Amino acid sequence: MVRALLISATVGGVCGLLSCYMTLKGWALMGDAVSHSVLPGVILAYILGLPFSVGAFVFGVGSVATIGFVKQKSRIKEDTVIGLVFTGFFALGLVLVSKTRSNIDLGNILFGNVLGISSADIQQTLLISAVVTGVLLLFRRDLLLFCFDPTHARSIGINTGVLHYLLLSVLSLAAVAGLQTVGIILVVAMLVTPGATAYLLTDRFDRMTWLAICSSILSSIVGVYTSYWTDSSTAGCIVLVQTGLFVVAFLFAPKYGILRQRFNSSLPISMLPK
Amino acid sequence: MIQSELIRIEADQICVDYNGTVALYDASLHLPSGCICGLVGMNGSGKSTLFKALTGFIRPSRGHISINGQSVAKAQRDQAVAYVPQNEGIDCDFPVSVWDVVMMGRYGSMNLLRIPRESDRVAVRDALGRVDLLELGDRPIASLSGGQRKRAFLARAIAQRASVLLLDEPFNGVDVRTEKLMAELFFQLRTEGRTILISTHDLSHVRDFCDLVVLINKTVLAYGETSKVFTPENLSLAFGGLPPDLLTGNSSSGDS
Repeated sequence: MVRALLISATVGGVCGLLSCYMTLKGWALMGDAVSHSVLPGVILAYILGLPFSVGAFVFGVGSVATIGFVKQKSRIKEDTVIGLVFTGFFALGLVLVSKTRSNIDLGNILFGNVLGISSADIQQTLLISAVVTGVLLLFRRDLLLFCFDPTHARSIGINTGVLHYLLLSVLSLAAVAGLQTVGIILVVAMLVTPGATAYLLTDRFDRMTWLAICSSILSSIVGVYTSYWTDSSTAGCIVLVQTGLFVVAFLFAPKYGILRQRFNSSLPISMLPK
Repeated sequence: MIQSELIRIEADQICVDYNGTVALYDASLHLPSGCICGLVGMNGSGKSTLFKALTGFIRPSRGHISINGQSVAKAQRDQAVAYVPQNEGIDCDFPVSVWDVVMMGRYGSMNLLRIPRESDRVAVRDALGRVDLLELGDRPIASLSGGQRKRAFLARAIAQRASVLLLDEPFNGVDVRTEKLMAELFFQLRTEGRTILISTHDLSHVRDFCDLVVLINKTVLAYGETSKVFTPENLSLAFGGLPPDLLTGNSSSGDS
């Protein structure tokens, strides 16, 4: 239980930090794609006896490369390519699972099983979290500029191609870490919701990062507790708390909440806050 | 009003093609330091292609470009070229303040972690002052008007301390007051020896404050001092044979 709490709080914090970049860059669908595409990688890693994160990472990056390649070489729009590629990878994973005689529990991969996490998995997850956090902290200003104005970044000599793939690699890694706690299906929530919540609450990137990290960690802790005491799905609880926080922000955010906007529109213009 | 004969931008017979489609051919151009130069041409005439070639985004398939006597890549590393885009490509709801945006102009001169030093802060403050946005530094860019946002991006280029400024349609959607402020700023920058290349659709701006003008349509049709190059004949050449009065408006007959 304590282990589960610690690991989901760690993963929550890391994914919360990354979610800021995902929401600002508009990569939510990309997050979904990467997380689904890691399934065949996880299965193959089990078959070959490798750490699951290696397989997952290879397939996560592979899916991104495939998406980029198909988009560049054809006239198909990006969202279509993403939908096409990740379902293909996911389907491959499903077939592999059904054809592999082993004790892989598909349910654990799809929906997470943080309460039954093994020590080896904890080590991997902590290592991944450290790498992701390190990269994001080291390049946070460059990545921010890359999200905001890639043209300017290039014109001052920053290699945006490297940043693009760096962010995608980090996304793949974070998806692997998130897979441990909430599973493949819901990991995209970890990568999007905290950032979206924070985005409604502030106009400052630094504050947005802190808000996203805190809301994400809080959701993980409250979610794990709730699931433990009510004996319900851990992934479901964590993501439900995140969604709940988003709804609160959506309604009550001081500047961008809908209630505030409604209140403002009923005020005479002279009384509007600046 | 040209300050010196030092050549800032030198392009020799450059050709650019995108997968076989020619965007620019045999374009040659020499611009001295300390001048304001208008870049005039139709949509699709290669204005943005020329900008991209000068910023190093695309490599010409033939020909050579040098900036301050050095390669484009070296100029990029030296922060010698600043590009001020039209605002369309930028997400204006992005959670950054005006100060943050202008500070981004300094990133190229900072270390890997992009930690601002005092000199960077001075450059940002100075740039904000010059575009008259100092008191709005803390505001998120989402709360700025269109003209203020243009000035913020101009300030970023100034903070970069580039010797070549490439401005894409700087006067688009800008009110008269801002236009005046920007024009004055361009004159100051010219006095400091910077070379400003402005792409514009509005020909009256060219006549009002460009020392030089470059007319392009897939290649450089003509360039030189505005009074010599900006003739109805040349303009009609640049705009594919349209009658010049239509292009230059009512004042053209008086000028020429």
